[in-house]
Amino acid sequence: MSDTPVKIVVDLSKPKGQRESIIELTSAELTEREEMRIESEATQAAEDKAQKETAKKKLSGRNKLLDLGLTEAEVTALIG
Amino acid sequence: MTMTLVETITVGSGGASSIEFTGIPQDGKDLVVTFSSRTARVNSVGFVETQINALTSGYSYLYFYGDGSSVTSSSGGGNSWRWIYTNGDDSTSNTFGSAQLYFSNYSSSNAKSVSVDSVGENNATAARAILSANSHTTTAAITSIKFFETSYNLLEHTTASLYTIS
Repeated sequence: MSDTPVKIVVDLSKPKGQRESIIELTSAELTEREEMRIESEATQAAEDKAQKETAKKKLSGRNKLLDLGLTEAEVTALIG
Repeated sequence: MTMTLVETITVGSGGASSIEFTGIPQDGKDLVVTFSSRTARVNSVGFVETQINALTSGYSYLYFYGDGSSVTSSSGGGNSWRWIYTNGDDSTSNTFGSAQLYFSNYSSSNAKSVSVDSVGENNATAARAILSANSHTTTAAITSIKFFETSYNLLEHTTASLYTIS
């Protein structure tokens, strides 16, 4: 059996029992898949960075409120 | 309101790079897809991407996300909608991410909108949940919906069920 990835396509315009096709990816589809992988990983890295920045700012803000004299309970009530 | 199961796709033992419904009947008002997935990616919880009508650009999103300790909100765009959480191959055995997608007025000549709620289910302390609002400017009726992971296979027992709402 080939190691080429396959896709499953179900054509709903056909009668039940004749709808499903399992098709090997073409070279163009494999290239497109690789391009999407690169873009997806870049997007994921940007999202991870944004989430870390948000967490960092939240911690910084919490510490500044504590420095101002608020209690932990008060800070938690304000910002969770 | 009537919710009618049109078809279910279940990935077999060899896995698949994508699963796709084509020739979607235009006799409903809205579409619902229920989705359960696990992928070959070693990344406890990852994403499965969605495209409609084989369009590879013009997707927009707004989401908020929680992981048990923080919540994040963001918006943007790209060549697919990517806000379905899936379990990766290193997550707890026999666990799957799940999602429900709601496509409003899918056969209309208006821009298309989809809401998605999804979770990764890893039987671990940290889990992820996401709620997103997604849109595409296409005014064509939705005739196909494709689900895929960008570079790893969807594993056996991944399923997608398509329903029409009328």
